Amino acid sequence: MGPYIPMTDEDRKEMLKRIGVSSFEELIREIPIEARFKGKLNLPEPLSEYEVKKLLQEIAEQNQRLTIFAGGGAYDHYIPSPILHIMGHPQFYTAYTPYQAEVSQGTLQAMYEYQSLVCELLGMEVANASMYDGASALAEAALMALRIRRKRNVILYPENLNPLYKKVLLTYLHGQEDQPVEVKYDHETGMLDLDDLKSKLNENVAGVLIQHPNFFGVLEDMPTIAEMAHEAGAALVVHVDPITLGVLAPPGEYGADIATAEGQPLGLPLAYGGPYLGVFASKFEYIRQMPGRISGKTIDAEGNTGFVMTLQTREQHIRRERATSNICSNQQLCALAVAVYLSLMGKEGIREVAEQSFYRAHYLLDKLAEKGFEPAFKGAFFREFAIKTPIPAREIVDRMAEKGILAGVPLSIFGMDEDVLLVAVTEKRSKEEMDAYVKAISEVAT
Amino acid sequence: MLIPEELKYTEEHEWIRVEGEIGIVGITDYAQNELSDIVYVELPEVGTKVAKGERVATLEAVKTVADVYSPVTGEVVEVNEKLTDDPAIINSDPYGEGWIVKIKIENPEELEGLLSAEDYRKLIEEEEA
Repeated sequence: MGPYIPMTDEDRKEMLKRIGVSSFEELIREIPIEARFKGKLNLPEPLSEYEVKKLLQEIAEQNQRLTIFAGGGAYDHYIPSPILHIMGHPQFYTAYTPYQAEVSQGTLQAMYEYQSLVCELLGMEVANASMYDGASALAEAALMALRIRRKRNVILYPENLNPLYKKVLLTYLHGQEDQPVEVKYDHETGMLDLDDLKSKLNENVAGVLIQHPNFFGVLEDMPTIAEMAHEAGAALVVHVDPITLGVLAPPGEYGADIATAEGQPLGLPLAYGGPYLGVFASKFEYIRQMPGRISGKTIDAEGNTGFVMTLQTREQHIRRERATSNICSNQQLCALAVAVYLSLMGKEGIREVAEQSFYRAHYLLDKLAEKGFEPAFKGAFFREFAIKTPIPAREIVDRMAEKGILAGVPLSIFGMDEDVLLVAVTEKRSKEEMDAYVKAISEVAT
Repeated sequence: MLIPEELKYTEEHEWIRVEGEIGIVGITDYAQNELSDIVYVELPEVGTKVAKGERVATLEAVKTVADVYSPVTGEVVEVNEKLTDDPAIINSDPYGEGWIVKIKIENPEELEGLLSAEDYRKLIEEEEA
């Protein structure tokens, strides 16, 4: 028996005997011979554990280690060591969905703590146990807005929304009677065009979606947008970068009805794009229209504190096609990482990460400006900004990679301007790294 | 189990009490007992038009969620707001204080297709058997 093959020939024989067949051939005799694959599977020879490890290591070593200045939704923040240690407990990483509360108290409590921390961070009243990623959380928020404003069928979303989120959102809304309508942005500031928003707000608008900071890293005028949306009777859905909340007002403060976020910056590795975490929170009055599951705190028959999944009756395994959402699971291991991150960092820690990212990003843009690189937008930014490049931004990224730097996200990969590069800075980037960036980009761009 | 003689019933376990052109609608004693503790009631807005057999409200119990279908076609003229704060009234008094909606009946002929108390009792006996 090998370490990854859980049964022996003896086990197999015993199982066949128990169900009353003499051989494996007899077990599958109902499958017509013509339908069976006959050749040899195209697989390499088996390897020992040591050989597999060596092979994977060789593949991993082909990775280029770059200093990361790319963001666009995923950010290179420091991940404190206790996170991986706690995630590595098999009680957490092998746990199945906690349908049976009496044997799942650890998972349920972790969920509950995560929800409580999310509520505090976003300033919202209730959070679910998490969704797949930021994009699916935002799309689910649009559907929820349509449920809580059920006589309305228009969703306004910003043109300066992360283009990947836009794709997911439009896919979710495709084929329904609901209409997604895009609100333009001001090309000078990079901020949402409030006149265009005003002209598109009416009694059919169920929800106004805003990304803050937006895809270009620029801050939006949230109090004004919130007032406009609410005046028109629409629900306000805000997608935030959670790190910025160490400094910026949380969505609950300016009256967001639903708030979502990509949880990756809160202790999850970049990991080639996933698994990430969809953070989802709402006002309490809309709790029954919220997608996903919630862990609730309660007391058992003997008066002991315990945790249970609640609002399950609205999920697919009970309600089928009438379920509140087709998501009736959550991203628990990632939610655990975020819960550990937020508890380790605390208010002070998150604030420090936010401030460091903010100051460093502004230092870098100042230095770039000294070398003649213009910001693409005039609006205030947090830790990500767009610059104009004298040659196509994509070429800059390729040439900087040769110098060991991931320069940013060229907007052209999303079909936008050729000569705009989106640059993100986290607390991990040292002054030396930023100075090296300025030197390298000055060299490759001229 | 209570099955008042003067009411009309549906196969989906709703009852309707006709008062002039208004029909008061709720769920039966049998239905509330099957659902057990009702924890939340989603009511329609007053003015909503419903067709016979269409969902008019949703009941959430501890282990399941069930829809309430309108026994008649018409317009919702009143909803039982008390259920918002205390949905368990449906469990304690399904035919009285636990009514769910009042509907202005558009087509009184539809009432003739509904079950009598006797028919409904038979239906339950069959379901139980």
